[in-house]
Amino acid sequence: MEVLLPLYIIIPLGTAFIIPVIGRLWSGFARLISPVIFLLLLIIGLQHMPVSNQLVYTVGGWQPVDGIPIGISLVLDGFNALLLVIINLMAFLASFYAFSYMQKYTAKNNFYTLLCLMIAGMNGVVLTGDLFNLYVFLEIASIASYALVAFGVEKEELEASFKYQVLGGMASLLILLAIGLLYWTTATLNMADVSNLLATQQDNKIITFIQVLLITGFGLKAAIVPFHAWLPDAHSSAPSPISALLSGVLIKAIGLYVLFRLLFNVFALSYSISLTILILGIVSMVIGGLLAIGQADYKRMLAYSSISQVGYIMVATGIGMTVMATNGDTGIAALAIFGALFHLINHAVFKGLLFMTAGSVEHATGIRDLNKLGGLARRMPVTSGTSFLGSMAISGLPPFSGFFSKLIIILAAIQAGYYLVAILAALVSIITLAYFLRMQKGIFYGVHAEGIGKVREAPLTMLFSMTVLALLCLALSALIIPDIRDIILMPAVDSLMDTITYSAITSGV
Amino acid sequence: MIVYLMCFILFLTGLYGVLSQRNIIKIVIGLSIMEFSLFLFLALIGYIDGGEVPIIIPGNETTQFVDPLPQAMVLTAIVIGLATNAMLLTIAIRLYKKYKTFDIRKINQLKG
Repeated sequence: MEVLLPLYIIIPLGTAFIIPVIGRLWSGFARLISPVIFLLLLIIGLQHMPVSNQLVYTVGGWQPVDGIPIGISLVLDGFNALLLVIINLMAFLASFYAFSYMQKYTAKNNFYTLLCLMIAGMNGVVLTGDLFNLYVFLEIASIASYALVAFGVEKEELEASFKYQVLGGMASLLILLAIGLLYWTTATLNMADVSNLLATQQDNKIITFIQVLLITGFGLKAAIVPFHAWLPDAHSSAPSPISALLSGVLIKAIGLYVLFRLLFNVFALSYSISLTILILGIVSMVIGGLLAIGQADYKRMLAYSSISQVGYIMVATGIGMTVMATNGDTGIAALAIFGALFHLINHAVFKGLLFMTAGSVEHATGIRDLNKLGGLARRMPVTSGTSFLGSMAISGLPPFSGFFSKLIIILAAIQAGYYLVAILAALVSIITLAYFLRMQKGIFYGVHAEGIGKVREAPLTMLFSMTVLALLCLALSALIIPDIRDIILMPAVDSLMDTITYSAITSGV
Repeated sequence: MIVYLMCFILFLTGLYGVLSQRNIIKIVIGLSIMEFSLFLFLALIGYIDGGEVPIIIPGNETTQFVDPLPQAMVLTAIVIGLATNAMLLTIAIRLYKKYKTFDIRKINQLKG
């Protein structure tokens, strides 16, 4: 089974190189091959579920010498198996959506090449068990996303991409500094080995400094307030399938995933760091929600809403971490982390869906301004319907998936004694409902605005992706059922909470 | 210790450049300075006073070698840095063509 692990990186990377070569002769090649490979990766990912034990693949077959791991290992456990399924599902739907959406752009081969590179980078970040290798894949995903944000090469796109690159570049450098310092203190790069070595030394000032550097670096990548300035520009300027991927999975795969993996499985949990995560989460949740209210641009509003929803995930994880750091009830910690991961999946699905509906509206009318649109529901029934489902899911209305994940987060906060956090989470949920209802009224209902002209429903491939995601918004509610939860989400929660297994098996000693 | 401190000062110089400069090319230069201070830091980590070139040949197995791993890391990081800088400068040139200026204050289409 572990022989399949390198395929996650090899297939998209190889396709990225093949597309410009064959695409020169056959222009339709890129858009046919990319959904196929992502579907293939999705199937490989799904047959790994449920993950009962870790799979380790040593690249090049370099076995440990004297108990010291050399070479790079790829690790698959419950947590990253979940991420891989989400990444490749969203990549499949986004590339399918791009089939008709990208018609108006030139240089389509470059688009698909960059898309494949970005997915290869994300899969690599999620799979790797080596710190420097993680940095390399992080940069592959980042550089591809910088180029994809600037893909329209108009004034706004270029400005957004420059902003994103300067902040993203600084984040990468901080991460590299942290990795350098970690190598300096432990003399190893294997994450499991680092974890073993750090377990023996406590209360080290330099370790805290490294953790702060990592929180800043990955916080910039995940756009947590106060590091969020680039996100609304970058995510609203990219082509819509890319916005769906950036907001849906990129900020989670190269931001939150790595942060959680390192803080839970590599470093020993400390109360101060846990509290930092919790506070950053609360700040992003509230400020992201408040900033989203005033936005007139559909995609920009969605981008601010991403900041707010990432805040929810951070809050839930922060609660789990603080409970674990103070040796509290592990049941509460497990509930909080379950809520975080549940919300992570849900957010990928409904934010991807909403960005796709935004793209569909833009495709039909060429306008994204809420004040200039209106009454599109009759002309675009599928777009309007799926967008409504997505809005209800993200605002946390029963019986949609968003309701259950937010409910679990709030329950965990109450059980852990953070009453203020629970109240804030509920309030922000109401704010979310308010700005999504305003969006619905502004675009799909109300008076049919003048000057839009003849509006036609989006092409079939776009509708297919949107419908699948809208159905998933409903279907994911099933994850609340204990039997299904135990198969899909609990291995992920266990792999985060169990700090010993990761370090023991991966080092191959 | 003093070399590490100077390395850190170089990092902060680059950071100051990024934060204070208005010209986008100078911002790119600031980022490069930060980047190169880190390459220097990585190379310094592997350096051992009096260490030999890490090539094992019969007869020198017991000699003290410098650590070769950070050197490999620096080479990789330099290649990545090249890609980042090329990308940044490409966007900077395209920005100049669209806005006819390098001043970051005048490039402000996106707000809110």
